[in-house]
Amino acid sequence: MVDISRKGTSFNDIVKKIGFPTIFIGGFWILLLIAGGALGISIKTLISDTIKRAGMNGILVLAMVPSIQSGTGPNFALPVGIVCGLFATVLAIEFGFTGWAWLFVSIAFSIPLSVVVGYLYGKLLNAVKGSEMTIATYTGFSIVAAMCLAWLMIPFKSPNMGWFIGNGLRETIQLDVIGGDKILSNFLSFSLFGENGLITVGGEKGIIIPTGMLIIFFLCCFIVWIYFRSKSGIAISAGGINPKFAQSSGIDIDKCRIKANILSTIMGAIGIIVYSQGYGYTQLYTAPLMMAFPAVAAVLIGGASAQRAKVSHVIIGVIIYQGLFTTALPVANQLFEGMDLSEILRMVIQNGIILYALTQVKGGDN
Amino acid sequence: MNNENISERLNKSKVSTWVADNIVSLIFVAFTLFGFLVSDGVTMNFFLTELSSRFFRNAFLVLALVIPVVAGLGLNFGIVVGAMAGQIAIAIVLYFGWGGLNGLLLTMLIALPIATLFGYLTGMLYNKTRGQEMIASLMVGYFANGIYQFLFLFVVGVIIKVPKTHPMIKPDGVGVRMTVDMGAYDKGGLKYTLDKIWEIPFMWAILAIFAAILLLQLWKIIRNKKNPALYRYNKTMTVINIILCLAMIAISVQAITTNSSLMMVRKVPVVTGLFIVALCIFNELILKTKLGQDFRSVGQSQHIAEVSGINVDKTRIIATIMSTVFAAWGQIMYLQNMGTLNTYGAHTQIGMFSVAALLVGGASTQKAGVKHAIMGTILFNSMFIMSPEIGLSLFGNALLGEYFRTFMVYGVIGLALGLHVWRTNKKGKVTLN
Repeated sequence: MVDISRKGTSFNDIVKKIGFPTIFIGGFWILLLIAGGALGISIKTLISDTIKRAGMNGILVLAMVPSIQSGTGPNFALPVGIVCGLFATVLAIEFGFTGWAWLFVSIAFSIPLSVVVGYLYGKLLNAVKGSEMTIATYTGFSIVAAMCLAWLMIPFKSPNMGWFIGNGLRETIQLDVIGGDKILSNFLSFSLFGENGLITVGGEKGIIIPTGMLIIFFLCCFIVWIYFRSKSGIAISAGGINPKFAQSSGIDIDKCRIKANILSTIMGAIGIIVYSQGYGYTQLYTAPLMMAFPAVAAVLIGGASAQRAKVSHVIIGVIIYQGLFTTALPVANQLFEGMDLSEILRMVIQNGIILYALTQVKGGDN
Repeated sequence: MNNENISERLNKSKVSTWVADNIVSLIFVAFTLFGFLVSDGVTMNFFLTELSSRFFRNAFLVLALVIPVVAGLGLNFGIVVGAMAGQIAIAIVLYFGWGGLNGLLLTMLIALPIATLFGYLTGMLYNKTRGQEMIASLMVGYFANGIYQFLFLFVVGVIIKVPKTHPMIKPDGVGVRMTVDMGAYDKGGLKYTLDKIWEIPFMWAILAIFAAILLLQLWKIIRNKKNPALYRYNKTMTVINIILCLAMIAISVQAITTNSSLMMVRKVPVVTGLFIVALCIFNELILKTKLGQDFRSVGQSQHIAEVSGINVDKTRIIATIMSTVFAAWGQIMYLQNMGTLNTYGAHTQIGMFSVAALLVGGASTQKAGVKHAIMGTILFNSMFIMSPEIGLSLFGNALLGEYFRTFMVYGVIGLALGLHVWRTNKKGKVTLN
């Protein structure tokens, strides 16, 4: 806690409180925003894109909190949750749901599915204590690859998702045909500093606020926040901080870890549904393969470590991470034409931050 | 699981333990045999040609993984960084238009300091991420890829000025092209420079290899007779090996004398093979030196090694440097066989495939040897050749086979790692109780 009476806190204290990566990358983002403004790129568009992308990715990043808190490390097996969400999505489309019904049915299908899958995944993690992160990564990769086979062989008949010839599902399913495109994002959306002064309902210019998407994101944040204040949530955190101590005080750690990973898988599943509606397309096959890494990086940028994470880290992290790359793309394009420097920047920052977090993990198997 | 159950399982017969130890390899053998059964399009010639060219391309890279495992670093996915060093060296050599055998040797020479530096840096990183080396090595590959792209897309052209007209450089004068042709070996290029020095027919190579193994087995027996106390040796395995060698020699002699269709299999590059054999011998011999013993003791317990006066950090860094340098050379050998430098893609999958191959050979995160690397390369590539065929003949869709192949790569790494950790944890529990 910041002590108000000690106003003369040194620079180092502030850095320590907020965390070096957050300040460094956040500062870099602000610099890029200023550079963008100077180059004549619309700051409003940049901020509006940032909010949109933060809303899309928010729940996926939120999925990191339960698994980190339970001591299994960042959920590198996020694709496990994602494929549950994708499967629920295509199932809902196959049954012919459209619009809001599609959205709710997808979410309703995805929850029981991810509970089962998350339970199995939690069991797996309990069997491989000590190497969770590596095994989780490969579990995620294997599931995505296995689902590639499933998407190709699944006997679904809906014309909205099949290839035009042959069987199997398309690589990208357009959601506008079933009325699912930006259904949440456009719900109660308004724009700031747009057409009619401060607030324009349903405005297209200025800073667009995708109200519906943000509501569901903050709702999920609230659920996770409140859960980690409940008895069961506190048990999970305690198990994550000191497993031996928690065990001796009568907490069943294995069960806690399973619970946390079920929650994380559910968040992954809901996260991808929200992501898909915001994007307008559902991407199958290898699209989810690398999705865990940006989410891990975002929560780490927000100030989390591989052992501790809070909901506030998610919100700060996803805004800075998505903001940085929405800003970097047009700015880099203006400065160096014809080169995708922002992609390189993304690779270096995203993987660099994960490496940095790994160096902070204390101890080891030896 | 209750304790009785565990101890019961541990006391099970030798056969089931052997099966459990080699389950990954057995799956792959079964898969390849199954492939032969269901697909009629695959002839033995096609299979052996594919297999031998893939083997000579990849074996060196897989062998580069052995030392880090011995030194307790686990599976070094970071050989991607070494591969990048190799590609940087190739790019330099191609840019200045050097070629031929001297060009290739120069490439290896240039790659040496670059890979050493990269290996040193990754080694330092592994020392900071103790206990999480494998995930760190995976991430360092992705991270380094960003820097590599920065170097090839931006630094070349913007910071290092290059002529626009150079065939390697993109038309706008910034960055290296997506694919760079390495030029034919006889026209001053790098393609096949190593492979084409000396080639012999496939069956002659088989004959030579198995004759060598036979001699090795006989030498083992003689050595053991002289000094039974000093050397361990497994009688049944030796007998099986000798029978196998004799059978293979008989087959190859028969093929050579009758000039059967097996003689049509693509010729084998001897010099590349010698490089692979040299690395095998190096990996074996280094374990007999002081350094190799240090690798082993660090691999078994860093704490005990530290107490007995070994500089653990330094030893681990040396192991990483060796692995990185071998990976760089392995990548150069791989690319001289491919003939084109896929600037931004050639290195990305190397780590994953090599690790999968090593694991298929029966290695684990704590135990790996030359034998595993060689067997693994053969089995893994057999699967790679067969899976599109199986997809095609069973489901009429080669794409399915491609996806299946990817699944096998990831699945085998996950399975092998998971099984290993699971068993180690289980053993730990038994001793505690």
